[in-house]
Amino acid sequence: MNGLYIHVPFCAKKCPYCDFYSQSYRAAAAESYVSAVCRNLRAIPQDVRFDTVYFGGGTPSLLTAAQTDAMLAEVRSRLSPGAEITMEMNPRTMQTEKLMGFKAAGVNRISVGVQSFQPEVLSLLGRNHSPEDAKDAILRAYQCGYENISLDLMLGLFMQDADSLDRDLAEALALPVTHISAYLLKIEAQTPFGKTPPDMLSDDDTAARYLQLHDRLTKAGFSHYEISNFAKPGYESRHNCKYWRCEPYYAVGPAAHGCVGHVRYAVPKDLSAFCAGKLQETYITDENACGREDRIMLGLRLSEGIVPDDALMRRAKPLMPQYLVTENGRLRMTPEGWLVSNSVLAALL
Amino acid sequence: MANQKIRNFCIIAHIDHGKSTLADRILEKTQAVASRDMEEQLLDNMDIERERGITIKARAVALDYTAKDGETYRFHLIDTPGHVDFNYEVSRSLAACEGALLIVDASQGIEAQTLANTYLAVEADLELVPVINKIDLPSAEPERVAREVEDVIGIPCLDAPRVSAKMGTNIEEVLERIVTDIPAPQGDENAPLQALIFDSYYDSYKGVIIYVRVKEGTVKTGDRIRLMATGAEFTVVEAGVMSATEHINKGKLEAGEVGYITASIKSIGETRVGDTVTLAENPCAEPLPGYRKVSPMVFSGIYPADGAHYNDLRDALEKLQLNDAALTFEPETSVALGFGFRCGFLGLLHMEIIGERLEREYDLDLVTTAPSVIYRVTLTSGETVMIDNPSNYPDPAKIDTAEEPVVKASILAPKEYVGGIMDLCQERRGVFKDMQYLDDVRVELHYTLPLNEIIYDFFDALKSRTRGYASLDYELAGYEASKLVKLDFLLNGEIVDALSFIVHQDKAYPRARKIAEKLKENIPRQLFEVPIQAAIGGKIIARETVKALRKDVLAKCYGGDITRKKKLLEKQKEGKKRMRQLGSVEVPSEAFMAVLKFDDDK
Repeated sequence: MNGLYIHVPFCAKKCPYCDFYSQSYRAAAAESYVSAVCRNLRAIPQDVRFDTVYFGGGTPSLLTAAQTDAMLAEVRSRLSPGAEITMEMNPRTMQTEKLMGFKAAGVNRISVGVQSFQPEVLSLLGRNHSPEDAKDAILRAYQCGYENISLDLMLGLFMQDADSLDRDLAEALALPVTHISAYLLKIEAQTPFGKTPPDMLSDDDTAARYLQLHDRLTKAGFSHYEISNFAKPGYESRHNCKYWRCEPYYAVGPAAHGCVGHVRYAVPKDLSAFCAGKLQETYITDENACGREDRIMLGLRLSEGIVPDDALMRRAKPLMPQYLVTENGRLRMTPEGWLVSNSVLAALL
Repeated sequence: MANQKIRNFCIIAHIDHGKSTLADRILEKTQAVASRDMEEQLLDNMDIERERGITIKARAVALDYTAKDGETYRFHLIDTPGHVDFNYEVSRSLAACEGALLIVDASQGIEAQTLANTYLAVEADLELVPVINKIDLPSAEPERVAREVEDVIGIPCLDAPRVSAKMGTNIEEVLERIVTDIPAPQGDENAPLQALIFDSYYDSYKGVIIYVRVKEGTVKTGDRIRLMATGAEFTVVEAGVMSATEHINKGKLEAGEVGYITASIKSIGETRVGDTVTLAENPCAEPLPGYRKVSPMVFSGIYPADGAHYNDLRDALEKLQLNDAALTFEPETSVALGFGFRCGFLGLLHMEIIGERLEREYDLDLVTTAPSVIYRVTLTSGETVMIDNPSNYPDPAKIDTAEEPVVKASILAPKEYVGGIMDLCQERRGVFKDMQYLDDVRVELHYTLPLNEIIYDFFDALKSRTRGYASLDYELAGYEASKLVKLDFLLNGEIVDALSFIVHQDKAYPRARKIAEKLKENIPRQLFEVPIQAAIGGKIIARETVKALRKDVLAKCYGGDITRKKKLLEKQKEGKKRMRQLGSVEVPSEAFMAVLKFDDDK
């Protein structure tokens, strides 16, 4: 079964750490973008069925319910029963009416960009919402009938000491969420943070925070199923797991990436070209995807790990049990291994 | 050409005092080369020489000058190296001349190097013609400098030409002085041939080109010549002189002349600087005095950063050796660095130049081990061994006495820096000999210093403590008994042979600590902690730890875009290739280099 990723390249305001492709939201551009998405969805062969759809961004929740419905209408007949349909949302866009509309269109999983529940952290991250905005938005979504709610947290700023993290986690766990993504802030060169970086935690402190996160959330009944993701049993993101399991996913929208038939491809980061063109252009980023190296590199991001071959086991041995462990014939990384996974992979491959 | 119209001379100057510029002006004024063909500093051919403003290999050119007396004179200008590493070559170049221009900077006065080479010139009985250069500088004090030359060197200087080589001022006066003050060469063109080799280089078409000064006799095309030190014999193909840009084959050279000889010689190992050329059928009775075999004083291991380039490195060293008989090398294997070469150099500058040429001209990435001198070790068995590689240092239990080479060093500096210089020499185990005031301002200090204290960063430390005003000259002065130990470094419990070196016992502890710190700075954190230890024999005297890596993760891999993750992995794998794998520890090549550089101010 296939996944479908739709990149929505609009934001009300760009965050200083973010280097994903997005433009200032304009109603006319959004309208023309939605038509283009619909055209492209129609062009995907009718026999291609999807069991996950993911609206990523950008800020997909800037679109109207009607626009979302229009896009989903193009694939509705091709969705398998119980398909997971995720939309990323900014707390400031989550009014009851909109939430109801998205739900009616078919969205059944939402991912809310919270980042932190502390005002000083939010202000440093340039977020346009308060801790209360985020909490209220999530409660509203829950009341609107969303059962599968994820929130994003960000880690790594100097002020995020152990207490700060505990406070964020307490707030998060008090909310009706089934999934938490916690990312270590990475300073990207081409962003405002790249030019004037904020004070960051040392690597040692960041590592300590990551293990604290693992510890707290595991105790709270979440499983640490991917490097940066935690879920209550059964609420793992099915869409994102496709990436790590080398399952196929289609890409629509500027800057979207897809992988079909073991070929990875991407759509150029150009909104106007996307809107103007009849069908989106794509370029191939990898013709021979999903080989041994991909499967090891991607599969080890998941706690389920991979079935290792002998050569891999030989290289894995010296890194066990601190960084790698085997369980039921599968090889997986430990949380400490995930923390240094780039180096572990370099040693394995 | 009659001997009376020949003038053979060289130029003595401190670095930066304008030797090459004056040489260029002389070349222009004698119209040996047209101005349009002139490159800046024509005599210095190699890039490195140009950048560093030093002359590495001697060269000679023949020039015609029509003097005010109406006669045309043949000048042979012999360019000499200016660095202590090349003292012997300098002395042989001087022996090819009757006179020397002594260039002194009008603002800086005499420097140690000038003085050292001046003494060599005096020993060689050369007529010294002082020239005060850079009179165009606002800070020029030609009168003071002239008095200094009279006081310090003891030659008349008050009427010395005041010139600006840069501006071309008063160059004619220098040329006239060459005619009037420097004696014509002596020698009988009919006597048995006696010619001094003062330089040679390898030309891929003609074979070795020998630069000679014919002292007695005549050499012609077709003559069978014998090189007296090596006994090798060859048949002369060309004999002639060098213009500024080409060789002019005249078919013969006579007593008094300076020129070149080619004889299909394959290796410059056979044409040693200082050797005497004579005729096989009518040899001279005695070789010219002063010849000695040059031998390297400083040794270090040179390894390709990428082991696959071992053959390229060997080819490059072979090519460099074609023109540099002082460079020696033999294959060496290191557990840490793989296959490389143990190379011998005249001194640190020579070593740096070879390293730079290998990297620049042959595009090689190198790892160089700490330079070592040759230690003389007498074993309890009574046997004496010479050690140029720390790996071969005998077990301390088998050593009766160990000796290290020492040098006589002379340092010239303004008097306010004497305290700092004395501290430095003290730190470097120097023994004070004496001190002389050259004038109101400047002092010359004499020390005996162990060579191994000089080869690291002594000159840099000296310059930093004297704000660049001090100059240094030294010559080898034999061996002295010393308390030496071999210092080893261990990574993760295993000795890294490429990091071992021999050091005086009193220096072992601070140096061990400093190098352990440097290693810690230069070894990146890895998946497991890396203990660094310094040891003498089995005893650990310093330790540091590179903590285990804690964070190296691409946490976000968004929207199925894994291209970045792949690029990162590729980069990481590339990075690993540039590392040396020592047991379980990965060490970047830079770490080996970083430990060679000691900071003076710690």
